[in-house]
Amino acid sequence: MFNYSFRWNQALAALPQMLDGARVTLGIALQSMAIGLVLAVVLTLCRRSGNWFAAAIATGWVEIARNTPGLFQIYMAHFGLGAFGIHLSPFTALLSGIAFNNAGYLAENFRGALTAIPETQTRAARSLGLSGGQTFQLIVLPQMLRIAFLPTTNQMVWAILMTSLGVTVGMNADLAGVTQELNARSFRTFEFFAIAAVIYYLITKAVTLAARLVAWRLFIY
Amino acid sequence: MPTTALTLADLAFLAQGAGLTLAITAVAVACGTVLGILCGILRVQFGPFWTAPLTFLLDVFRSVPLLIRLVLANAAQSIAKLGWGPFTTSCIVLSLYTAAYCTEIVRGAIVAVPQPLRRASRSLGLSWRQDMTFVVAPLATRVALPSWIGLTLGVMKDSALVLWLGLIELLRASQILVTRLQEPLLILMICGGIYFLLSFPIARLGGLLEKRWSPR
Amino acid sequence: MIEIQNVRKSFGSLEVLKGIDLTVHKGEVVTIIGGSGSGKSTLLTCINGLEPIASGRIVVDGIDVHGKGTNLDALRSKIGIVFQQWNAFPHYTGLENVMLAPRKVLGLTRQAAEEIALKHLTAVGLADKLTVYPTRLSGGQQQRMAIARALAMSPEYMLFDEVTSALDPMLVGEVLDTLRMLASQGMTMICVTHEMKFAREVSDRVAFFHRGVMAEIAPPDALFGAPREPETRAFLAATH
Repeated sequence: MFNYSFRWNQALAALPQMLDGARVTLGIALQSMAIGLVLAVVLTLCRRSGNWFAAAIATGWVEIARNTPGLFQIYMAHFGLGAFGIHLSPFTALLSGIAFNNAGYLAENFRGALTAIPETQTRAARSLGLSGGQTFQLIVLPQMLRIAFLPTTNQMVWAILMTSLGVTVGMNADLAGVTQELNARSFRTFEFFAIAAVIYYLITKAVTLAARLVAWRLFIY
Repeated sequence: MPTTALTLADLAFLAQGAGLTLAITAVAVACGTVLGILCGILRVQFGPFWTAPLTFLLDVFRSVPLLIRLVLANAAQSIAKLGWGPFTTSCIVLSLYTAAYCTEIVRGAIVAVPQPLRRASRSLGLSWRQDMTFVVAPLATRVALPSWIGLTLGVMKDSALVLWLGLIELLRASQILVTRLQEPLLILMICGGIYFLLSFPIARLGGLLEKRWSPR
Repeated sequence: MIEIQNVRKSFGSLEVLKGIDLTVHKGEVVTIIGGSGSGKSTLLTCINGLEPIASGRIVVDGIDVHGKGTNLDALRSKIGIVFQQWNAFPHYTGLENVMLAPRKVLGLTRQAAEEIALKHLTAVGLADKLTVYPTRLSGGQQQRMAIARALAMSPEYMLFDEVTSALDPMLVGEVLDTLRMLASQGMTMICVTHEMKFAREVSDRVAFFHRGVMAEIAPPDALFGAPREPETRAFLAATH
């Protein structure tokens, strides 16, 4: 049945290159999360603002992010923006596509988290003389981030998985890109991608574990 | 009025791609759900210790990018000379992908059925099978359905990745048109619009069910 | 001085305040009693502008609370309010809960705010709970912390909205003791309460609210000893 001879040594020799790729993967995921979190807070504020225009744009963003494929969003950043004369490199296209997606999903998580914070918290803060902005920043936001922490960790895992899509727009520095280049040169597809799979698994596990540690340190109350 | 080189034939080409997207989704969700229900019941019935290997395997399916698994599965079937086409390979990978998430949904839903209720049904003399069929299944379905709808939509969106194996589904069809017609924005917007129309109403329905069926 | 003049307010088609007139002088303790839905809690949230009013006027120290251009945040820092639900901020410790408003609203330094917070937490008997998060405190302790939090702004008026209603019976006493202490220090207070004994003991005047109307207001001995209105008599008979 198998007259294919596995050449693991050849694949393992490329491990340092792949680990470099893994670092890039993790970097893109972290950056996309940082941007996504900030944007999600902005989207949440827009949706709460009572300004119908801002709310409509934010809602549109959230629904598009959640109802079209992540790969489509990356394509849009890479090919679609060309119509406006904006030509993004594979790296920027990948990063902005994932950040767009993260922002949409995180904003929706935040909306759910907000319903879990009693209205009386805002009331108590306002009655102490805190302004609306201060109340959001000091009372609502920290509690919202805590309640949404678990779904946010899940989104981080999704962000890591999504980075692999970069290869479809010509990204060659991240783990999937490096693996694909090695594969194109040697045709040891199975070996290279199996090693990549193991590395991805370890990255997601490490990130999940790290998130748990952070939660444990941060949310002592 | 901006002119476009897009013809009706091109739109039909996109529709064909959308058809393939739906076909793969249907097969993957059907197989994955059956498998997920089986694995979910196994996990509840035999406890975390005996099902640890299964849990680990499903966790791997959720922690390795779909694209990597597609390539890996395709390479594996070619090494093993199974002769699967890209469609079969894609369906199998996506089915396992669905099953990995579905198992968790099913497990969570079964656990959510209150234990006293199950004791009550067993003490009435119902067998395990009858308890599962007439008490657990209807209640667990209510808990599971909104998440399951979310999963189905997730699979539909993620099925775009099978383009890497050369299948011309909706996104790949759009990309081909983009390359030929050089009108990326218009074509991608049509493509995104189709995805949105397929996904949004069902997502809303899921949200509605979740609200209506959640306790209180 | 708090002057409430012919205040009306509705929630939808339900009119909860049907023209309330009440003046509370500096140093006075006024308690408001009455059945649920009589509008007494709503009045308190109108006094510090948390709720808008339909008509009438509420004037605090010459400032129209619901007037255009009134700086509500500044006004609120001199009217403290404590609610039935104690609303401790769960992500801050006891000390941080009390320090928050002095720092952010009054702009005090961390050190100055801490000093004030310490003073008030000690006064309500929570000096040993400074670094504890609210989830580890009992309801009574959380409520006393909420009182200290309001007092830390050095308010000139304190509003208490059924502050013991959500507490276990065992814990009511410790919170009432705190209120008694405040009253004895000459704080101007409006308390909505169901604790008749407490109302009788600390109040200068007791007001009875019935269906959005202030049916009767009198010194406690008069109101409890010889109520004028039949509604007051019926209410007092039912609560005994």
